[in-house]
Amino acid sequence: MNSKSYSLFLKDLKSELRTRYAINALAMFIIVAISVIMFSVGQEKISPGLTGGLFWVVIFFTAMSGLSRAFVSEEERGTTLALQLVASPTTVFSGKLIFNIILVFAMNTVIAVLYSALFNEFIIRNFLLFLTSFVFGNIGLAISSTIIAAIIAKAGAKGTLYPVLSFPILLPLILASVQLTLFAIDGISFESAKFELAIVVSYDVIMLTASYMLFDFIWKE
Amino acid sequence: MINYSLEAQQLNKSFGRRLIFNDLNFKFDKPGVFGISGPNGSGKSTLVKIIAGIISASKGKVIHLLNGKALAEENLHNHIGFVSPYLVLYEEFSTLENLKIFADVRGTEFNKDRVDYLLNKFLLFKRKDDLLKTYSSGMKQRVKFIFALMHFPQLLVLDEPTSNLDEEGKSSVYEIVKEEAKTNIVIIASNERNDLELCNEIVLLEKYKN
Repeated sequence: MNSKSYSLFLKDLKSELRTRYAINALAMFIIVAISVIMFSVGQEKISPGLTGGLFWVVIFFTAMSGLSRAFVSEEERGTTLALQLVASPTTVFSGKLIFNIILVFAMNTVIAVLYSALFNEFIIRNFLLFLTSFVFGNIGLAISSTIIAAIIAKAGAKGTLYPVLSFPILLPLILASVQLTLFAIDGISFESAKFELAIVVSYDVIMLTASYMLFDFIWKE
Repeated sequence: MINYSLEAQQLNKSFGRRLIFNDLNFKFDKPGVFGISGPNGSGKSTLVKIIAGIISASKGKVIHLLNGKALAEENLHNHIGFVSPYLVLYEEFSTLENLKIFADVRGTEFNKDRVDYLLNKFLLFKRKDDLLKTYSSGMKQRVKFIFALMHFPQLLVLDEPTSNLDEEGKSSVYEIVKEEAKTNIVIIASNERNDLELCNEIVLLEKYKN
């Protein structure tokens, strides 16, 4: 990551603040998804384990509604060529990744805060474990979403292809993150969650390495 | 003086089973204007994209040499200026914002004197702070020239450079092409007679279909 990637990130941030391409979609999806869960649960008492699972369901589908914008918006507006003419593939991927990491953290922090406020059963007993899994889970989600967005950007049915392709790729991350959230809700120690944490960290490292290796081929037709 | 040269070796491009061109060889090793011509669908835009490193050739390669040393593909963008009708800049930003963003992302210094000179040359100085979405298609085409020239490229690739331009815009383009061709390589892909009259040498793509 260098100053060129940071400049690309700033461009995306400024562009996003002017066009609201992703922020509006993400905000609406968060509100709708949490409202639907609240209405369907009603006065029923749900188990803390179920709230942990639903928490990641909301995160997954919210990510699917907005994170593809990194590359799809460039392709739809026809600005991909301009980017290809000013930056190397590594710069482009790094810039887009920084933007998606910031977006994922902002989005998931809002979801976590709303969830804690609205669901009494969502009580975190081991906050440090939750925070660690939240950080590594978000990074993994951002890396995968960015490279999948780059892959589907040139395809026809982007809207359908994005969640379909994301699901199998994100499945190991989501399963491990759900498990870690359940551990955090149950107050299980860091030591006992070592295996799941290792899965999430390894997932991030593998996806990051594979993404940088793949991106050159995806970016150049 | 910077010595830039470009050589295409046995270039072949196919899209699926459709052959665009085959066994294309040329060498541009001194400053001047070089043309690429051919009927619609002959692969003019495809060839300029391959030259600019945007797409890959199916076979063969294009070698860019700077002072005798081959340029790495990831550094090509700092030496090439590219203009085409299908190039789109960011409409939510003004001309000046676009140019500053591109200088930052390219990792080059934003040269205000150069940009002001080009803005004046293409008659856009007064509108430099207006959003691109408020521009006409001809004005957008002029911004693309500033985008292509702001970093002093050694290779200027122009695909249909005068499309959407009025007579005044075309004159500015021809002046710039002649000026750039004194020190740099300028490639024009076009079918326009006036565009091709500027060229020292022309590659006719219909000869490379077999």
